[in-house]
Amino acid sequence: MKTTRVIGQPRRRVDGRAKVTGQTRFADDIILPRMLHCRLLRSTQPHARIVGINTSKAMKVDGVHLVLTGESFPIPYGILPVSHDEHALCRDKVRFVGDPVAAVIACDEATADVAVNLIDVSYEPLRTFAGPADSLAHDEPRIHDYGDHGNVHKAVALQFGDVDAALAAADHVFDDVFFFEGNTHLPLEQHASVALQDPDGKLVIYSSTQTPHYLHRALAKSLAMPAAHIRVIATPNGGGFGGKSDPFNHELVVAKAALLLDRPVKICLNREEVFYCHRGRHPVTMRFRTGVTKDGKFTGLDLQTLLDGGAYGSYGVASTFYTGALQTVTYDIPRYRFRGCRVFTNKPPCGPKRGHGTPQSRFGQEVQLDKIAEHLQRDPAELRLGMIAPADTLTANYLRVATIGLAECLHKVVDRSNWKEKFRKLPLGRGVGLACSSYLSGAGLPINWNDLPHSGVQLKLDRSGGVTVFCGATEIGQGSDDVLVGIVAEILGVDPFDVRAVTGDTDLTPVDLGSYSSRVTLMMGNAAVQAAERAREIVADPVAARLGIPADRLVFADRRVFDGEHPDRGVTFQEAVCIAEACVGTIGTTGSYTPPKSAARFKGGGVGPSPTYSYTAAVVEVDVDPDTGWVTVPRVWIAHDIGRALNPTLVRGQVEGSVYMGLGEALMEEQAFRRLPARLSGALVHKFPSMLEYKSPTSLDMPEIVTDLIEHPDPRGPFGAKEVGQGPLLPIMPAVANAVYDAVGVRVDSIPVTPEKILRALQARAAGKPARSGPASFPDIAWPAPLLVTPPHEGGDGRASNEPERRSRRKAEAGIGAAAGVNS
Amino acid sequence: MKVRLTCTVNREPVDVLADDYKTLLEVLREDLQLTGTKHGCELGECGACAVLVDGTPVLSCLVLAVESQGRQIMTVEGLAADGRLHPLQECFANLGAAQCGYCTPGILITAKALLDADPNPSRERICEALSGNLCRCTGYLQIVEAVEAALRLGAAVDRRNPPLAQGKPGMNQ
Repeated sequence: MKTTRVIGQPRRRVDGRAKVTGQTRFADDIILPRMLHCRLLRSTQPHARIVGINTSKAMKVDGVHLVLTGESFPIPYGILPVSHDEHALCRDKVRFVGDPVAAVIACDEATADVAVNLIDVSYEPLRTFAGPADSLAHDEPRIHDYGDHGNVHKAVALQFGDVDAALAAADHVFDDVFFFEGNTHLPLEQHASVALQDPDGKLVIYSSTQTPHYLHRALAKSLAMPAAHIRVIATPNGGGFGGKSDPFNHELVVAKAALLLDRPVKICLNREEVFYCHRGRHPVTMRFRTGVTKDGKFTGLDLQTLLDGGAYGSYGVASTFYTGALQTVTYDIPRYRFRGCRVFTNKPPCGPKRGHGTPQSRFGQEVQLDKIAEHLQRDPAELRLGMIAPADTLTANYLRVATIGLAECLHKVVDRSNWKEKFRKLPLGRGVGLACSSYLSGAGLPINWNDLPHSGVQLKLDRSGGVTVFCGATEIGQGSDDVLVGIVAEILGVDPFDVRAVTGDTDLTPVDLGSYSSRVTLMMGNAAVQAAERAREIVADPVAARLGIPADRLVFADRRVFDGEHPDRGVTFQEAVCIAEACVGTIGTTGSYTPPKSAARFKGGGVGPSPTYSYTAAVVEVDVDPDTGWVTVPRVWIAHDIGRALNPTLVRGQVEGSVYMGLGEALMEEQAFRRLPARLSGALVHKFPSMLEYKSPTSLDMPEIVTDLIEHPDPRGPFGAKEVGQGPLLPIMPAVANAVYDAVGVRVDSIPVTPEKILRALQARAAGKPARSGPASFPDIAWPAPLLVTPPHEGGDGRASNEPERRSRRKAEAGIGAAAGVNS
Repeated sequence: MKVRLTCTVNREPVDVLADDYKTLLEVLREDLQLTGTKHGCELGECGACAVLVDGTPVLSCLVLAVESQGRQIMTVEGLAADGRLHPLQECFANLGAAQCGYCTPGILITAKALLDADPNPSRERICEALSGNLCRCTGYLQIVEAVEAALRLGAAVDRRNPPLAQGKPGMNQ
């Protein structure tokens, strides 16, 4: 690796001081003169037609300035072009308990609260759909009037090669069904927004959003305003994890209200509302039929997934494809069939949470591999080492594996954990489990299909020696500002604290698509490299001329520009900028990044491609009390193939934060619903919409975590970097389940792995039944005929042989081309 | 109805008229515009709103502002003194203990209370003291390490920012 002074050094993040002094200004910290406050009235019915809304009593409350209903929002919006199915306030029907129906804007929150409760809504209740079984069984009434049919939002089927023949030719076929319960992001910061008209009459909205660019588009569409008259400023997010990546009802409502009232309008959701906004992990039932040879190679995989989508589209079509996308970039699977189905139900919409759609099937696959290893009497690590996807190849489903450090990750965690001395050798009640994973370093296709760059960076150098860098990327805690500044500082040879970052502001910054799909470090980073290298070039020529040396001998470092052969001969960075400015005029540069084109040319091939993938392996050690089923996790060893760690302090934080969140998902977190008794409406309500009862790990629950970074720079990433925000979460859940099996000999094929499920499996075993807790079967689904795509190694060209001409449908297909789920 | 609240906030006298139903959190954020103190639930579940009242960490979302009459309150804005950050702040910033930074003010305050009370806490004691403060980003380890690093920097005997004098009985222990 080239010598660097900033990149690769553990550093204080550039926004560290603001965060420890309480000066980071989150959306709810914005207080403006004449500001009004908004509260939403949310549906108490899970599925009903709105018969009438009477707002007259609410309007009469002193201090109320405005009451809005769905009438003010005729134009729908949504994150994916294929599912613009949301209105800021419901117009004709409500689809889940919590769906916003009306809004009150008042002098303060308390007044708005009083008035909201005076709004009368009469509903005509409709049949409710509590889960996929209901939605598959009953086509009517439809929750939405679009989608594949009935209450099936989307059913997709893709086949790469003759999978049936591959399974028939296998020495063993393993057939397993798993369930992964939904869970939610639970960011500490509740969603908040402040909208206003600027002095020119243009709309400004400050919002806790991970995707200001998509909010910008949604506002322009739904409010029917020119996008150039809207400014979206993403405030630093107090945690996102994917939960702030949709355009939200409340954002559109305060925007509209600010325009109507010409006063600043703020909303901050309460914690219960955050649980109902959701957009988190889909509950997924899945079936893996996997063919392997006796020496442990895949012959083929037949995967089916069923997603409980909740009440709206959100990112759901992308989420569906993601449940089937990344198996092949981890392991060499020569033939593959994937069928995925997402249904609508009357619950809060699911969407992207850290890992977006991939953790569920990663869980199934890694637990099944544990079973396969046991059956073949192979060590699970050895088995995996023999099946890892080869580097620099196209997978059966046309994803480009670039660099892959998974074998090294596996060796590292096996050595570090002393795996060989522990696996199947620990006393009853203690066990170790292992799992692997991979993740995107950014979605290869944009959500709105076009040929524009995914990330843009602008750079300004001025006479003070200061550097300002502009980018639309959004700081959600993951450290994107620090990555941006670090790269620029490295290339220009200045200190990171000499650089000012202006980010996430659609008026001031070039577009970056947002903090999702682990795309920011790679995409923004590459754009920043380009902008900074161009700036260096502009400065270098006049300085080289002044020093009388060739420009390629110049070194930019330590706030100086000097002759690499005679380091004492040079000028300060500030002098260098002045010399250049005198010569060429005002100095500004830009950089952009567009990912390489995907090799996939079939419908659905837009989900999964990425410039490169990260890889992770983890070993989790557990203690399981055989009497109570209680699980504690004393230690986790994790190795992550990151390409290059730009700021190791932040990278470690992302890995440990992923392990933490993974343990929460593995052991306790559940976004689960219950039906109120019929006399209380029969509504579907969240079981525990509070931070006390929705259990998440605390400082007392955290294990010791041994983190190793595998650093082989990937030429596709800035300074060789790949993603780290999401990948390290993925192996944790299956590794926990595998460790529980090692500890007490029962399989929990269902997340979370709760004491109750472990006890149930132990009791089943004691009664002579299979020592397992998990779903018995996968439901019958009327799958569409799969698109048939010949894998590249069998001579395919990336097209489906049975797909109709797609030119006219190009636009519709584009809508599934990307996705989210986010670190921090 | 408005009530008059006189107390000390970050060593400065405060005299404010505020709605009688407001919590200390609301008065700090809305009336005094000290927005460094955060809220994650307003039900005493997450710890984000912790402030010191007479040296004791208190969840400001569960305390009515009028209960703070005459007391000494410290928020994250009061941690730095003489133009320098508190050792806890230095270490949190340097060592990755703040990611999104939303839980950070409450955790800093809780950690300060711990170090004021126990100048040499074990790791277990630190984890226990912070167990009421949720963080969704870090996995807590870098936070605990930052508290330990601050100890080595002398946070517990930080003369620029000594523990507040113990005030009236009742809200302490």
